Amino acid sequence: MAPLLQLSGVSKRYGGVQANAGIDLSVDAGSIHAILGENGAGKSTLMKLIYGVERPDEGQVLWQGQAVTLSSPSDARRLGIGMVFQHFSLFETLSVVQNMALIVPGSKGELATRIRDLGAAFGLSVDPQAMVHALSVGERQRVEIIRCLLLNPALLILDEPTSVLPPQSVALLFDTLRALRAKGMAILFISHKLEEIRELCDTATILRQGRVMARLDPRQGTAHDLATLMIGRPMPPPVHPTPHGLGEERLALSNLNFANDDPFGVSLKDVSLAVRGGEILGIAGISGNGQQELAALISGEIALTSNAKAVTFMGQPVGDLGAAARRHRGLAFVPEDRLGRGAVPDMSLADNALLTAHGRGLVKNGFINRKLERAFTADCIARFDVRTSGPQAEAGSLSGGNLQKFIMGREMMLDPKVLLVAQPTWGVDIGAAADIRQRLVAMRNAGAAIVVISEEIDELFEICDRLQVLHKGHLSPSVDVAATSVEQIGTYMIGAAA
Amino acid sequence: MKITFERRAALSRRVLFAAPLIALGLTMLTSLILFAALGKPAGQALYSLLLEPFVGWYNISEVLLKMGPLMLIAQGLAIGFRANVFNIGAEGQLIIGALCASALPVYFPEGSSPLMLPAMIALGAVGGAAWAAIAAGLRVRFNANEILVTLMLTLIATQVLNYLLLGPWKDPHGFNFPQSVIFPDAALLPILLSGTRVNISVLAALLVSALAYVMMRHRFSGYQLLVGGLAPRAARYAGFTEARAVWVSLLLGGLMAGLAGACEVAGPLGQLQRSVSTGYGYSAIIVAYLGGLNPLGIVVSAFLMAALFIGGDNAMVSADLPVAAVFVFQGLLLVFYLGSLTFIRHRVILNWAGRA
Ligand SMILES: Nc1ncnc2c1ncn2[C@@H]1O[C@H](COP(=O)(O)OP(=O)(O)OP(=O)(O)O)[C@@H](O)[C@H]1O
Ligand SMILES: [Mg+2]
Repeated sequence: MAPLLQLSGVSKRYGGVQANAGIDLSVDAGSIHAILGENGAGKSTLMKLIYGVERPDEGQVLWQGQAVTLSSPSDARRLGIGMVFQHFSLFETLSVVQNMALIVPGSKGELATRIRDLGAAFGLSVDPQAMVHALSVGERQRVEIIRCLLLNPALLILDEPTSVLPPQSVALLFDTLRALRAKGMAILFISHKLEEIRELCDTATILRQGRVMARLDPRQGTAHDLATLMIGRPMPPPVHPTPHGLGEERLALSNLNFANDDPFGVSLKDVSLAVRGGEILGIAGISGNGQQELAALISGEIALTSNAKAVTFMGQPVGDLGAAARRHRGLAFVPEDRLGRGAVPDMSLADNALLTAHGRGLVKNGFINRKLERAFTADCIARFDVRTSGPQAEAGSLSGGNLQKFIMGREMMLDPKVLLVAQPTWGVDIGAAADIRQRLVAMRNAGAAIVVISEEIDELFEICDRLQVLHKGHLSPSVDVAATSVEQIGTYMIGAAA
Repeated sequence: MKITFERRAALSRRVLFAAPLIALGLTMLTSLILFAALGKPAGQALYSLLLEPFVGWYNISEVLLKMGPLMLIAQGLAIGFRANVFNIGAEGQLIIGALCASALPVYFPEGSSPLMLPAMIALGAVGGAAWAAIAAGLRVRFNANEILVTLMLTLIATQVLNYLLLGPWKDPHGFNFPQSVIFPDAALLPILLSGTRVNISVLAALLVSALAYVMMRHRFSGYQLLVGGLAPRAARYAGFTEARAVWVSLLLGGLMAGLAGACEVAGPLGQLQRSVSTGYGYSAIIVAYLGGLNPLGIVVSAFLMAALFIGGDNAMVSADLPVAAVFVFQGLLLVFYLGSLTFIRHRVILNWAGRA
């Protein structure tokens, strides 16, 4: 029998970048097929070709043995292909159910019920009536996955679906995917988490620089072998920071209360935390429990109108200051959503460097110094191994992981007194993720105070000194990482314990 | 059949220049048909509209005269448009600018101080900016939509003008015409090209264009506005406040429009009249978009639009076109331009059902 989907000799070029070169791929019904590769290897591009978002320059696509031309996602959907994008494709001004109704047939009431049912079954709960703009990236990812599952496709493409899902949801999602496989669905699965791939997938294709490097069964061999094939060198060891002397208190929230105007947002209740120079504080928790609000309150995107003392920076009250003023005092921030918030997609990387690095001498007497701007950008690209054509490349043209590396790099190069990072290694390949973690620890050792907001428990345990858990707008007291366990934090995260 | 629009990945410069040309071609074609249907001499009408403005020194000088205010206003508006602040009340800001500038010669009709003219220009600019500031304040404080507010303020400005010209500021020796006294020489802008009505304000417009270019290309303040327009959340993240963008955009837009108003009364009009603006404030919106919101593009589009104005006047006389036909011609131009831009930015994909 012919495979469900077969690509032969597919190529795609963007300007000077050969994103895909002569790729052969065949996907069978009833199989979960992993696509692996470094950031910028061409994984998302290949998926976009299959889903009709982009069209190949060369090569052929066969669907159930028939040659097809996919010129739009609706063509692909008609054949029975569904896709969850790495960068989400939801309309922010619509509610969850309205977004679904755009492509899923059925009345809104019926859809809302199905959304709730699916959510309950797969541990992907979202409120169907919530407005998308109020959702965190983790919740948006859930919405995208549910929307795709509602269509019941023959081929499901998941481009890094688990990057911002909590571990419990990942386990439930995997059960779902296995059940769908058993029913004959084919699944293309992209992830940088090799253990997930070994656990779930039965076939893997490894890409490097747009070419197929290898095809193998990921269940054979270790994650280590996969890593070596993928990044061309062995997986770097974890970095565990060693205890050392702490500096003065740099950032503190004391009994901060925040009532959210947005009915779908989260209100924070009596939140307290304190970070000193030379330590990394982790904020664990499932996204949608107030992470966005907490980050915005620290960054100054939400400024308090009263009670400025609830937020202090280097001992000074800053609660009433805006984001610019707090940055000026030495705060740097990597937000969870990189396109449209951490970076302007339509601007060059150089202009995106200016976004937050303008205080570093890039602006003199109100004039932009283009030379310094380019130098700063080139430096960031080189030091953080951002794979791109150069400082003039538009931010929106970078692969997801490479843009994340750029934004991390930019904020770290500001040499902040306090660095606030949400999802530091979202979508970053294992080599680069290890590198980012190493750099965070190096910054801590050099005396910076760092706050990491993440759902990835393993990562938090690897780099943090202390942890606090955010659940339904409440922040738990701090525990030393050495004095707790992954399991314990995991139960806190779902609110099973106080 | 299904039609989908797909965004093209990269735009070549050549293609961007094609949009105005395609628009011009389509506009000509449509107007030919339209004029013929009206029973007007279509060839003559098009000749008057498109070529006559460039025939003869007098016509060219009149084009330059109209180009000044269009360019000034459009430069100010474009800055705001790029920051997603839509000031469409430049007409009213122009009127208030003209009013404020006129106050001096109206109350000192015999004045001869060399300071009179600079003071008028300054008053005009401040007046226009102040009028726009009302919209900025309401937007920042109460989130009132600036499109509506600026538009309504224009209606109010027109009434204020009417009131003054029919009452306190009416020229006592003016046979009851609704216009002010004729301004003294000290209140008039020097003529740039002798024998024509072109005054030095056209140089000011060019200078403003150069400043706008520098601001949007090289100044951090311009960059902040661009970020706010392209990605509002990124602007918030970086700490570029929206309130600042609203204030800067509206104040600059109002300032330029007020300046243009002052230059009109101190220039070709030489007095305050009810017809102080022939729709410059609205046409400048078209000019700004035709110029791609780019300061250099606006220099070109202001020139073209001014030529269309003169051509329209000519066509009304020589081809007996009604004034509405001239407006239709200008409207067509904008619609076709925006239309061709869409086709240039996007690929159109036709899909016959049944064929994947
Ligand atoms: N629209 C575009 N314009 C220009 N270059 C692009 C565009 N989209 C992708 N590229 C380039 O193509 C290459 C492959 O990108 P792609 O997004 O497929 O990588 P990826 O394997 O998905 O990486 P990641 O793991 O970071 O998501 C990159 O070098 C990227 O810069
Ligand atoms: Mg990708």
